[in-house]
Amino acid sequence: MAYYRSQVLICAGTGCHSNKSNEIIERFNEELKKHGLEDEVQIVTTGCFGLCAAGPIVVIYPEDTFYSKVKADDVPELVEEHLLKGREVERLIFTTEDDSGDEPKTLKFVDTDFHKKQRRVALQNCGRINPEDIDEYIAFDGYKALEKVLTSMTPEDVINVMKESGLRGRGGAGFPTGVKWSFAQAAKGDKKYVACNADEGDPGAFMDRSILEGDPHSVIEAMAIAAYAIGADEGFIYVRAEYPIAVRRFQIAIDQAREYGLLGENIFDTGFNFNLNIRLGAGAFVCGEETALMNSIEGKRGEPRPRPPFPANKGIFDKPTVLNNVETYANVPKIILNGAEWFNSVGTEKSKGTKVFALGGKINNVGLVEVPMGTTLREVIYDIGGGIPDDKKFKAAQTGGPSGGCIPTEHLDLPMDYESLMSIGSMMGSGGLIVMDETDCMVDVARFFMDFIVDESCGKCPTCRIGTKRMLEILERICEGKGEDGDIEKLEELAKTLKSSALCGLGQTAPNPVLSTLQYFRDEYEAHIYEKRCPAGACKKLLSYEIVADKCMGCSACAKQCPVSAIEGEIRSPFTIDKEKCIKCGACMDTCRFNAIIKA
Amino acid sequence: MAQTVDIKDLSVARQIARDYKDVPGCIMPILQKTQEKYGCLSFEIQQALADELDIPVSELYGVATFYSQFSLERKGDYKIGVCLGTACYVKKSQDILDELQKQLNLEVGHTTPDHKFTLEATRCLGCCGLAPVMMINDDVYGGLVPEDIAAILAKY
Repeated sequence: MAYYRSQVLICAGTGCHSNKSNEIIERFNEELKKHGLEDEVQIVTTGCFGLCAAGPIVVIYPEDTFYSKVKADDVPELVEEHLLKGREVERLIFTTEDDSGDEPKTLKFVDTDFHKKQRRVALQNCGRINPEDIDEYIAFDGYKALEKVLTSMTPEDVINVMKESGLRGRGGAGFPTGVKWSFAQAAKGDKKYVACNADEGDPGAFMDRSILEGDPHSVIEAMAIAAYAIGADEGFIYVRAEYPIAVRRFQIAIDQAREYGLLGENIFDTGFNFNLNIRLGAGAFVCGEETALMNSIEGKRGEPRPRPPFPANKGIFDKPTVLNNVETYANVPKIILNGAEWFNSVGTEKSKGTKVFALGGKINNVGLVEVPMGTTLREVIYDIGGGIPDDKKFKAAQTGGPSGGCIPTEHLDLPMDYESLMSIGSMMGSGGLIVMDETDCMVDVARFFMDFIVDESCGKCPTCRIGTKRMLEILERICEGKGEDGDIEKLEELAKTLKSSALCGLGQTAPNPVLSTLQYFRDEYEAHIYEKRCPAGACKKLLSYEIVADKCMGCSACAKQCPVSAIEGEIRSPFTIDKEKCIKCGACMDTCRFNAIIKA
Repeated sequence: MAQTVDIKDLSVARQIARDYKDVPGCIMPILQKTQEKYGCLSFEIQQALADELDIPVSELYGVATFYSQFSLERKGDYKIGVCLGTACYVKKSQDILDELQKQLNLEVGHTTPDHKFTLEATRCLGCCGLAPVMMINDDVYGGLVPEDIAAILAKY
């Protein structure tokens, strides 16, 4: 194996890739060649580092220098200064201000809370290895867990370790993984399957994508371990077609594993066989539901099946099946290698280990973070996430996507785990965490999620098909200022019916965003309905613009900008807006230099 | 997705069906490969596939109309997908979509008469760090403001 004095790690996850990290890679190759360094310095394209907001990211080892927002044109300087002369390029190093002490100081990446408060287990290899090179995975103990399982453990041993570890499903419901495996092991069948749910559909969630792009082998290894534990010899991974990079890297990983004899027949000479197939989704959110996903793998419409029978007894092609989510699998090899106690020493009483969250929305450090279960929302948003941009006020965080709910300010100090989130009307979900500030309207957010559900409801059961539609109609009315007395009660009644009678998880959880916003922001609903007013100023139909006479200098700039000539007045005296003509585009407000125009 | 096979030439579809016929649960991969080649799944194409697979065409139709990725009509060569996922939505991706509708004079879900662009509102594309985001075929554009749109469209 070649020896390199320096490694340049360049993120090629979707976030950085879209920010043209591929151009940076090309440029590095050219520049290294130009200086004759191609045998001394190795370029490693990696998965996601987590700090997508500062992308594209380049890390140079052995110094562990973390460069952010790198452009292709910065590459010659990086090569000449850092790699040739050994001088770090200060202006590109990621820094953040620490103003907690008396004097603000600049922190390096490794000293930031973003880095220090995280604990990476599932994301351990993301941003550290080249996902397209199996040797790099193996160098970091890859496939060692599979070897340990096949050569020194019985299937019962494996299941016991999983049970002791306390690992619970990271897809959202939080069912204990070891217990699930034991059901499938106990089920009788000549053929069994393991499957991986990579149909990550929750808006704002991209942890599974990042694991598949950054560390695909960990999922393959875990699926093989699961197959051994339950007695399966074939597996399926169901990936969204919207994730082309993830699909490509996973296919490369499968091919390499097969070539190394880590997939296929007689693995590690133990007589254990395991083959893995990729199936692509085709754009149906409901296929994230386990029984719908299985129907889709079978080539049918992705409609859920009634349970029982549960997949552990009758899954894919009616055979016993274990289905886990990507992040769940990514934890498995580490648990096998380090032991159940290592894993369950982290977390809360009932939720063990770590959880990956995708931070998005109104937050400074948009990206992927992994923290111990029980970390508070305040730590995640303010210490790790860097707070809310533009000095806006935090209003709520949304977790669990269209099945989840909002966490308001009063619960910022709640330790996040499965039970506590459930107790305040939200849920862990797959880990999407969208932060909203004071300008986001919670009624509109509820309407947004209901619109999503109406679109994605498969239509099989009437409660979901019709109930969600009726709820959406009411929410739309409220947002348009046509809400009526009694609407809130109707929403609550429909929600109750849906929760108790929909066929699958999608329908049963569909009312959650409405219920949780009603629980914490009922006054906003009431303002829309009774006062025809949107307190956040987000619902356009309820907005009106006014000119404050005291501040208006009568310059006529706004009148010139107005596309419908709704503003009139005489120069040097206050102007007025004709509310009948106004289309509420906001152009006047953007134009005014005296802050004389307000939203009311 | 640009079509590469003439929609009237059904031999390619038949071959795809024969290649995958024995794979359990083959319908999804067959429809995906076929749409990749033809750009759509017209009734004639579905009929040809059903003949080869020896199943009723209604079964294929049921699957083809269930998933949003499948289209019975020909789409534009460039598929513009504006993300309306939560993270993009709260960062005003609706304004981006409105701007595209205005510039292309096109409703969401429709294709320009010259089959160049199809405009769609998509689910979360999973690059929330760049919100608001849109994709034109496989190219991702992030951090958009409505003023960016004209220049981006001009590239195609």
